[in-house]
Amino acid sequence: MEKKLLLEKVHIEGIRHYDVYRREGGYRSVEKALKMQPNDIVEEVKKSGLRGRGGAGFPTGMKWSFLAKPDGVPRYLVCNADESEPGTFKDRYLMEFIPHILIEGMIVSSFALGSNTSYIYIRGEYDWVTDILENAIAEAKQNGWLGKNIQGSGYDLEMYVQRGAGAYICGEETALLESLEGKRGNPRIKPPFPAVKGLWGCPTVVNNVETLAAVVPIINEGGEAYAQIGVGKSTGTKLISACGNINKPGIYEIDMTITVEEFIYSDEYCGGIPNGKKLKACIPGGSSVPILPANLLLTTAKGEKRLMNYESLSDGGFATGSMMGSGGFIVLDEDQCIVRHTYSLARFYRHESCGQCSPCREGTGWMEKILLSIESGKGKMSDIDLLWDIQRKIEGNTICPLGDAAAWPVAASIRHFRDEFEWHVNNPEKCLTENFGLRHYADPVYVAGS
Amino acid sequence: MSEEIKTIKVTIDNITIDVAPGTSILQAARMIGGDVTPPAMCYYSKLEGSGGKCRTCLVEVAAGSTADPRPMPKLVASCRTGVMDGMIVKNMTSEKVPEARAGVVEFLLLNHPLDCPICDQAGECHLQDLGYDHGKEGTRYQFARRTFKKEDIGPYIQLHMTRCILCYRCTYVADQITNKRAHGIIDRGDHAAISTYISKAIDNDFSGNMIDVCPVGALTDKTFRFKNRVWFTKPMDAHRDCQTPGCCGKATLWLRGDEVFRVTARKDEWGEVQSFDGKPGWICNTCRFETKQTSSWTIEGLTTISRHSVIGANKYQTLEMPKETVKKVMRGVEPKLLMDIHSVSGVNNPDIHLSEINGPAHSSDFKK
Repeated sequence: MEKKLLLEKVHIEGIRHYDVYRREGGYRSVEKALKMQPNDIVEEVKKSGLRGRGGAGFPTGMKWSFLAKPDGVPRYLVCNADESEPGTFKDRYLMEFIPHILIEGMIVSSFALGSNTSYIYIRGEYDWVTDILENAIAEAKQNGWLGKNIQGSGYDLEMYVQRGAGAYICGEETALLESLEGKRGNPRIKPPFPAVKGLWGCPTVVNNVETLAAVVPIINEGGEAYAQIGVGKSTGTKLISACGNINKPGIYEIDMTITVEEFIYSDEYCGGIPNGKKLKACIPGGSSVPILPANLLLTTAKGEKRLMNYESLSDGGFATGSMMGSGGFIVLDEDQCIVRHTYSLARFYRHESCGQCSPCREGTGWMEKILLSIESGKGKMSDIDLLWDIQRKIEGNTICPLGDAAAWPVAASIRHFRDEFEWHVNNPEKCLTENFGLRHYADPVYVAGS
Repeated sequence: MSEEIKTIKVTIDNITIDVAPGTSILQAARMIGGDVTPPAMCYYSKLEGSGGKCRTCLVEVAAGSTADPRPMPKLVASCRTGVMDGMIVKNMTSEKVPEARAGVVEFLLLNHPLDCPICDQAGECHLQDLGYDHGKEGTRYQFARRTFKKEDIGPYIQLHMTRCILCYRCTYVADQITNKRAHGIIDRGDHAAISTYISKAIDNDFSGNMIDVCPVGALTDKTFRFKNRVWFTKPMDAHRDCQTPGCCGKATLWLRGDEVFRVTARKDEWGEVQSFDGKPGWICNTCRFETKQTSSWTIEGLTTISRHSVIGANKYQTLEMPKETVKKVMRGVEPKLLMDIHSVSGVNNPDIHLSEINGPAHSSDFKK
């Protein structure tokens, strides 16, 4: 059992409340941080090698050091809690069960960045979590961790929770800032980046919930100690929200040295595929990242065992690899239809496209319609190439990454499962009642019933 | 000590130009002019914050700057990307750009009704130009197109959302030159629509300028709808002493015979409202919709138009053939002149000057 940093105390009764959290060693990092120089905290985070947990995996310390610091202009820290990626539910768990760790991490981070007002922009559907966070903020304020002159240090910080209105696009950092300003949640055109011109035109850092929570163990234990956990550039622990056809769906904190195989099949984690079925495919990092067939998921193209970390999951590029993403681990067994699955994702992205730039607005709807016609047995062979061409024209040509996120799942499905698409076209009647099954990309290791 | 104005060098399609810092790639390309200029459907230099949305102006940046000569990994929207010293941009000479742009044109036309034969914008429609210049023949779209009901927004303007390409220009006009915005974008994605708040009428002195900035026929002038085709009318520059504050009083009258069919703001070669004394020449609704007698205007003369070929009655005064061979400058790339219509068609060389004909020209007006 590896060391847990974020979820270590999550099962202690009453940890949601300040008294218990404090008794268990909470807010130590704030005490320590307030005695440090803000720049030293940034250095410590740099040393830890912490990478953004929201999906892109950008080094957090580097992101912080990009923050512009003009005189007389306020700076803001915004926590991106608009977790809307299908398959990702790790932030909700963290905020729901151990809200103080986020607030603690945000106080330290705000102090490091010189922000006196910080916001948590939370997904609209998480209404009960909003209440939990607001209670926790009130408790922290009562105990002198927020407000004026925190713990006698002379540092002031106010923290607010803002609920979104249920738009996936508002998880994109500039759309989030627009929404936070009370406008329509359209992504901004970059540059300028939020680090220069963010919330209300002021320098802003936007970080994921898990990233900010990870600052707590980094300050407590030191950046170097944190960097020793994990492997290579994947330091520390990562929350994985596992779902789909597995015996034990849920949130797992892993240290990024375990193999994908162990993660899926060991009883400590997902506990294997239910009903003796075989693994067909998996989306390892939330719905936007490319899907991988079982053989490429478990081993890389070079024949090495694939590990649950940033480098190993993206080994081979998009041709044979995928991405760590946000850690939304979606497992598909042999009974799942890839076409239907891709259609379902395409429908999501069509619905969530903001409609600002034309490739995404028109392309997502077009892909959804073609996928629906293939799925319902009305597709043509040329539709498959057309789909490929459409996704290629969306990818990289849009304002924000939603276009890429919509294109990648379609591209990966066709790349790895083209024969299943062709089978749908060739068997328009059969595809309505039967599934294609596994065929040649069957999980090579685990045979049903063994 | 005289203050030195620093300029920076940018190279677009192998043509180098000195521009002021802060210029966008598109503006620099417009300074060079001609085929080097990427098309722009949503960008409007007079509207702050516009651009970046339609993606037709995508260009390849082969070198970011002298200091950092790495190429940019993705195609960038030239309207919203500032130039850097030593930047090398590829527009027509790029291998990736034409394909990406053709893709964007296809996306823009996906839900467009292509009802040009009955659309008032036909002949001066930027989407038509874009389709001819950068699109591909035919469509691969096999599904029903998105449709909306026509909507009257205010007494003068009709919104036909089905034709809209969601460039957002009209919302910027409403935000920036009228004092109260009553319309905006509702919904999102491909079901997003321009609409007024609960069909509220747009009642504002400058609302008519939304029609001028609309690149397609989504916002049309109700006083001109179905009255005439634009190529039958003759544009004349005219001015009047308008009392509305903020109105420049300089307009283009679109005449047929002596009758004024339509009044619009004066537009430049990029289809944008011209600037006068550094200020955009927006006109008020009184000038546009209610002053349609030639007697109310001082007529200056025929409008010179270079871009929209079907209008302008053979007045290609600003069209100049390049002095040096474009092909050489472009390293072998042919300039995109489809056909020199003057050399093959008698239509443009009638015995009588078209501006002297009242109404549409007939075959008897042309050489046999």
